[in-house]
Amino acid sequence: MAEKPRLKVPKEAKKGDLIEIKTLLPHVMESGQRKDRDGKMIPRKIINKFVCEFNGKPVFAVDLEPAVAANPYMQFHAKVDESGTFKFSWIDDDGTVTTAEESVTVM
Amino acid sequence: MRQLSRRDALALGVSGAAITFVGLDERAFAAAKEASEQIAKFTGGMPAVSGKISIELPEIAENGNTVPLSVSVDAPMGADNYVSEILVVADGNPNPGVATFHFSPLSAKAQASTRIRLATTQNIIAVAKTSKGEFLTGQRLVKVTVGGCGG
Repeated sequence: MAEKPRLKVPKEAKKGDLIEIKTLLPHVMESGQRKDRDGKMIPRKIINKFVCEFNGKPVFAVDLEPAVAANPYMQFHAKVDESGTFKFSWIDDDGTVTTAEESVTVM
Repeated sequence: MRQLSRRDALALGVSGAAITFVGLDERAFAAAKEASEQIAKFTGGMPAVSGKISIELPEIAENGNTVPLSVSVDAPMGADNYVSEILVVADGNPNPGVATFHFSPLSAKAQASTRIRLATTQNIIAVAKTSKGEFLTGQRLVKVTVGGCGG
């Protein structure tokens, strides 16, 4: 069950502004290193890729390893020259893709 | 059965200690080796220049399960020359890879932060790649009180 991501993106910006974006997706990020109560390995299940696009153009992406903490948090910047929509995608080991969108108005 | 003399007992103790020491050392060494292999793969054997890259981490991380990490490179992010990737590895984790950040001219700032897991006190190494194929590197020691890799 994909959980709802939390996003922090400014609603408005001036042309050419550098804006800060923060994202967090609730996810266990099971490392594949832990054992359950019976001593069996719990299989790995992590978000292995995060992608951010603006109006279809790539802005920022991350390849995640099991060493990224649970509920992967990402903070980064983007320069906006035009109004548009940021699209965020989180790709799970099992193939599930969680997406979210946030639009910015450039004045 | 022969009684252990004091000298024998002492020798046993010493060799035992030596074995444990070597064992631990080998494990740490293997992780560090894997980390450097991963870096070599990333750079393709090209030399990486130290400096210009900064790694922000707490000096002492009390909980290895979630350690705030921020990496940044002091370099311009123009359309023709920008920092395209930053690889972060932890040389004391069971798997040294932590994350690879991919930037674009639209990111406009070669900086990102996240939260990571650290098994033990170790070095965090970051290697940045520019779009022109230059490599920059930096490293930072972090002390971890309680490791964060389950068990």
